[in-house]
Amino acid sequence: MSFTIKVGLASCGLAAGAGDVYHSIEKYLKENKIKAELKKTACIGMCFAEPLVEFINEHNESITYGYVETEQIGDLIESYRNDKLSTENCILSNKIDGSENENLKNQKRIVLRNCGIIDPESIDDFLENGGYQALQKVLKEYKQEDVISVIKASGLRGRGGAGFPTGMKWDFAYKAQSDKKYIICNADEGDPGAFMDRSVLEGDPHNVIEGMIIGAYAIGADEGYIYCRAEYPLAIKHLKKAIQDATEKGFIGKNILETDFSFDLHIKEGAGAFVCGEETALMASIEGERGMPRIRPPFPAQSGLWGKPTNINNVETFANISWIINNGAEEYRKYGTEKSPGTKVFALAGKIKNSGLIEVPMGTPLRKVIYDVGGGMKTEKPFKGVQLGGPSGGCIPKELLDTVVDYDSINKTGAIMGSGGMVVMDESTCMVDVAHFFLDFTQKESCGKCTFCRIGTKRMLEILTRITEGKGKMEDLDTLEELAKNIIKGSLCGLGQTAPNPVLTTLRYFKEEYKAHILDHTCPAGVCTSLQKYEIDPEKCTGCTLCTKKCPVNAISGNVREPHVIDQEKCIKCGVCFDVCRFDAVKKS
Amino acid sequence: MMKNKKEIDQVINKFNGKNGALIPLLQEVQALESYLSKETMRYISEKTGIKIAQIYGVATFYTMFRLKPQGKHIIRVCQGTACHVSGANQILKEIRDELKLDGEEDTTKDGRFTLMEVACLGCCSLAPVIMVNDETHGKLTPEKIPNILKKYD
Repeated sequence: MSFTIKVGLASCGLAAGAGDVYHSIEKYLKENKIKAELKKTACIGMCFAEPLVEFINEHNESITYGYVETEQIGDLIESYRNDKLSTENCILSNKIDGSENENLKNQKRIVLRNCGIIDPESIDDFLENGGYQALQKVLKEYKQEDVISVIKASGLRGRGGAGFPTGMKWDFAYKAQSDKKYIICNADEGDPGAFMDRSVLEGDPHNVIEGMIIGAYAIGADEGYIYCRAEYPLAIKHLKKAIQDATEKGFIGKNILETDFSFDLHIKEGAGAFVCGEETALMASIEGERGMPRIRPPFPAQSGLWGKPTNINNVETFANISWIINNGAEEYRKYGTEKSPGTKVFALAGKIKNSGLIEVPMGTPLRKVIYDVGGGMKTEKPFKGVQLGGPSGGCIPKELLDTVVDYDSINKTGAIMGSGGMVVMDESTCMVDVAHFFLDFTQKESCGKCTFCRIGTKRMLEILTRITEGKGKMEDLDTLEELAKNIIKGSLCGLGQTAPNPVLTTLRYFKEEYKAHILDHTCPAGVCTSLQKYEIDPEKCTGCTLCTKKCPVNAISGNVREPHVIDQEKCIKCGVCFDVCRFDAVKKS
Repeated sequence: MMKNKKEIDQVINKFNGKNGALIPLLQEVQALESYLSKETMRYISEKTGIKIAQIYGVATFYTMFRLKPQGKHIIRVCQGTACHVSGANQILKEIRDELKLDGEEDTTKDGRFTLMEVACLGCCSLAPVIMVNDETHGKLTPEKIPNILKKYD
């Protein structure tokens, strides 16, 4: 029998050891002279079970095993060849029971349709799966206006976070008069907790490129840039290869598919600045300047890169384009809601069982996303909240779990849809600490242009630090809200305008936790170290003196074989005694 | 002292006169030198005619540019949301202890490692995560750290 083995080699897979698994399989097949095709693919989204190995036979019956280790390669291949199919650690299959078969049924994959299925470094794989057909259709049958009206009719909204209608954006750039126009793909995915764009670029780079070429044709641009974070070396590698291959096949370059349309595409690597995800800052960065936002208007559609009309869209937005062209706007509108058609990719992370990448129709309730697609909580600790939209977003509490995911419903909660990062938190997460974490991030990443953003976030952070140390006052909460209001009003770009969101939403939904820190000097989740207290249980302490030796500030005293005591005045709450005690005698409260 | 003057000249010639070339130019020079010294930046300024203030401005704005000599291996500790809630701080503390880095120090005395905190490496599903050079290590616990560091000498 002939069969194919695919190994997921995206960043997540490689971090879990998929590289070694791939080489072991290669070696095993060679040494045992087994006729099987070994292929590389990227991420199917089940990152929690990496490394993933898929077996496919000539009847297209597929079995994907998860948590694969190099030691079990031989057994796995032999049992497959002898038709003794094991269901242990079977994650996905169209033949036998897979633990995540239901998970996949709850999804609708448009953007991720090829991810984890094709070899991202092979343009032939992409072509076999319908790649570049939309481009051919557009160049042969569509006028520029036709493309724009299809995208307008589809109702596609920008997936970078703000949700501006893509067709309208393209129309502005199309109508701008100029001898030169640019199209830019924003792949500067900076939100901590978000990895949708990385996975799409690593797993299906041609799909993004095809969307960009169609966009360039529609607005009349002949040059484009993909601005990608330098923290994503594999995505950049796959993009470079994809651009080269697409150029060789004549999809990029002069007179594409023998038409008058020509288009050049470059990659710009970011250099590490979160604010460059903002479109005007991103353009400043491409121009070689410090990435600081510019005043709008003029909008990029009138005066963008080097003063020329420019259209910027996010990776996921471009990844939707070819599907819409191939299947039509009406078909696209069958998914999602009236005002937010289509699907949305989310990166599930944190205390959720199935952390990874999923794509669901807009309008799916958060509860369904977390419990049915995401498999629920990782530990037995109950769900506390979900953070949406990264540093610009907010925390949604369990009372609002029936909120559906679309731009308008999420905005009503005070959070934002953002680019799609979803970090699930349980009772062991301190919400004040989370607010502190995000503000610390935006404060460091503020470019410093606007006073309110530069200094206001710093003052807010100082107050939050005070609260997490148990030194806060109740008036601080009012000051936080007042500062937040002014920062929102006084900032030029999205970074400042949304920076207070994590604080405002936690204040709104988790005020009791702030109060506990301020009034009772306790951190209910036990996260804020300054509020922790370490004590030794005299019943359990054997007087082994280990903690005395390890304590960095000599805060622990006691005679050998007698219970020890921690001097609370001296203790710096480092937790070393708690970590080293072999008798479970040190108690943390 | 600049070690790779000839190669730096080649990089400068490659980008000279091109629009928006400063960032990729500095990236390539840094790849050769491991960091951007004052001397290097001054040299680039002389050769390209770009004002030294602009070069310094760009080099200090972006976190990828390093102005001090770096260790042989770069450890990036992810401080993204998922890593934060999964205990990234314990991982950071363990690395600092293991490498005997005090206070603000980020490079070991023997020049073997430089430790950096980064925003998000995008491997949130395997949190907490660190990256040593170009290799990502996921699902970490403080106990796993010593063995990982041993691999790099």
